[in-house]
Amino acid sequence: MELLKLKNINTYYNAVHALKNVSLHLGRGEIVTLIGANGAGKTTLLNTLSAVTPARTGEILYDQQRIEGCEPERIVELGISQVPEGRQVFKPLTVEDNLELGAYLRFRRRESRKVIRADLEEMYLLFPRLRERRKQLAGTLSGGEQQMLAIGRALMAKPKVLLLDEPSMGLAPLVVQEIFGVIAALCRDKGTSILLVEQNAKAALKLADRGYVLETGKVILSGVASELLDNPEVQRAYLGKEKKEIWEN
Amino acid sequence: MNIWDRQHECMPREELEQLQLERLQATLNRVYKNVSCYRNKFNAAGIIPEDIQSLADLSRLPFTEKEDLRLNYPYGMFAVPLREVVRIHSSSGTTGKPTVVGYTRHDLDTWSNLVSRFMTAAGVTHDDVVQIAFGYGLFTGAFGLHYGTEMIGASVIPMSGGNTDKQIMIMQDYKTSVLVCTPSYALTIADRMEKLGVKPQDLSLRVGLFGGEPWSEEMRRQIEERLHIVATDNYGLSEVMGPGIAGDCLQKCGMHIFEDHFIPEIIDPQTCEVLPPGSVGELVLTSLTKEAFPMIRYRTRDITRLDYAPCACGRTLVRMQKTMGRSDDMLIIKGVNVFPTQIEEILFQVEGCEPHYQLVIERIDNVDRLEVQVEVNESIFFDEMKRQREFVLAVEKRLANALGIGVKVKLVEPSSILRSEGKAQRVVDRRIM
Repeated sequence: MELLKLKNINTYYNAVHALKNVSLHLGRGEIVTLIGANGAGKTTLLNTLSAVTPARTGEILYDQQRIEGCEPERIVELGISQVPEGRQVFKPLTVEDNLELGAYLRFRRRESRKVIRADLEEMYLLFPRLRERRKQLAGTLSGGEQQMLAIGRALMAKPKVLLLDEPSMGLAPLVVQEIFGVIAALCRDKGTSILLVEQNAKAALKLADRGYVLETGKVILSGVASELLDNPEVQRAYLGKEKKEIWEN
Repeated sequence: MNIWDRQHECMPREELEQLQLERLQATLNRVYKNVSCYRNKFNAAGIIPEDIQSLADLSRLPFTEKEDLRLNYPYGMFAVPLREVVRIHSSSGTTGKPTVVGYTRHDLDTWSNLVSRFMTAAGVTHDDVVQIAFGYGLFTGAFGLHYGTEMIGASVIPMSGGNTDKQIMIMQDYKTSVLVCTPSYALTIADRMEKLGVKPQDLSLRVGLFGGEPWSEEMRRQIEERLHIVATDNYGLSEVMGPGIAGDCLQKCGMHIFEDHFIPEIIDPQTCEVLPPGSVGELVLTSLTKEAFPMIRYRTRDITRLDYAPCACGRTLVRMQKTMGRSDDMLIIKGVNVFPTQIEEILFQVEGCEPHYQLVIERIDNVDRLEVQVEVNESIFFDEMKRQREFVLAVEKRLANALGIGVKVKLVEPSSILRSEGKAQRVVDRRIM
């Protein structure tokens, strides 16, 4: 069953038409990846979903409910959390403060501190490294640890949908493996639905159930991730190449 | 009953429509980028892919016709470089010159899966022995069924068409349980079996998968009775993919179109307007997942009707009625639309008529004349001319009532009409237009 459904999303940066008629869906407990070259519109799509850069036209259905006009904080409240590109942790704050900020709306709703505390514990179980460094300032963490913190912070809002923007960026392959392992576990054990934006198409397609290939703001291909993995059209999209000749060299 | 791909074949319509829209938009973006024929056509119509925001918007796109394929002969309509194409087929050339179609590795995989869907729907399992009596070669029929059979895990006998006696021998010796051929060839086999004294009940045959030409419900009944099998229909055409576009389930109340891969529309063949659900008209197909050879609004020329009512088999996919003929071999006789299958249906209801017939149309003094030549079994060749005359008159009356035009019936001796080993030649049009 679809949890998130987008129809004909058009998003602009002033006069620049960044997303052109994008339609896609995310099922419950599914990992879907958006892949494509730089500037294809992947981040814009996540920002459109989280209402940071709202769509000019189009429909977004979340759990059968239209949400395209909602404010960003309402989107978080409904259960959609974003892990932004480049982590963007609060560097002068401690690891634990960062995590608690992720539950900001829950504090404001006067949710029981005990429950939130238990969730914090769970984050430390998920990322033992963060427990070790919980009193440390976020700015002193390594890139991989900052990524874990950014994911943990988003999870503290108890989302049903996690939007992940380039979690592998600038990380060593082993660290990427570790982070992708956590993403797979989140989906498997908690049933969290995940929309993953990646430049590293190969790694993303190995992790995801399905994928959409974006090229200059348009979806040009979609399908089962394992089938996209060796699809030459994907490579063409990355190289920004068109099929000009039937006898291509 | 088994369903090959329950997730997609039983998908709620709302989910299916989202999937169709996503795939349609991606296909349009791809063909606009990669196929100059489509780009030029869209530009000429003043449309860009972004204009298509719903399934209903599909009707704003220009049609693709067989002529477009000919103009772009051989590879002009391919959406990928040839090095990504792993198979080339050609249309069976029912009318005119053949056209060339291509498949990527993934296309072949999709094709095999879709054929597996209708074979499974017809009751074929991995325990079956499938005899394929379609001609192997450029024609898509044999290969499509071949891949489906292998994917299901049944045993395939790649017999190819023709050589009826050998077909029957292999059927007996190899214990064939599923026969794949054109429906007219199934009857040719039945005739020959009768002559050879082979009894169908002594064979292992239980299912027939027939396609490649239009056939009537009456013909189905005859085949089932004479070969002691369940006879199912399936639909496809090379230009769109080959077999695997639609197929009967065991309810036999129309062929389920695999809508997650093809969007069907019904149009008026004359005005080209899209007709409301339930109307009879020409089938137009748009492919949603094909990579090498995407098809946008292809005019199939096949006349049918779509039924969106739920099916007892559990599939949510729309059903298309058996094709009633082709809009390009729809006969217009004295201004009335006549399909050969209408005539076939009636002939089969008449006691004594054999399932072999030919329609001869002539124009005498500017008036069209339709003559139906039909084989009758020996019992009807009465000694008395009067009784024979009465029989002819009775058949003529039934045909005239059903078609709305006068028809001349001529009885011919058994086996005097040329037998087909592939598609039957039913119509001889001698009119000079």
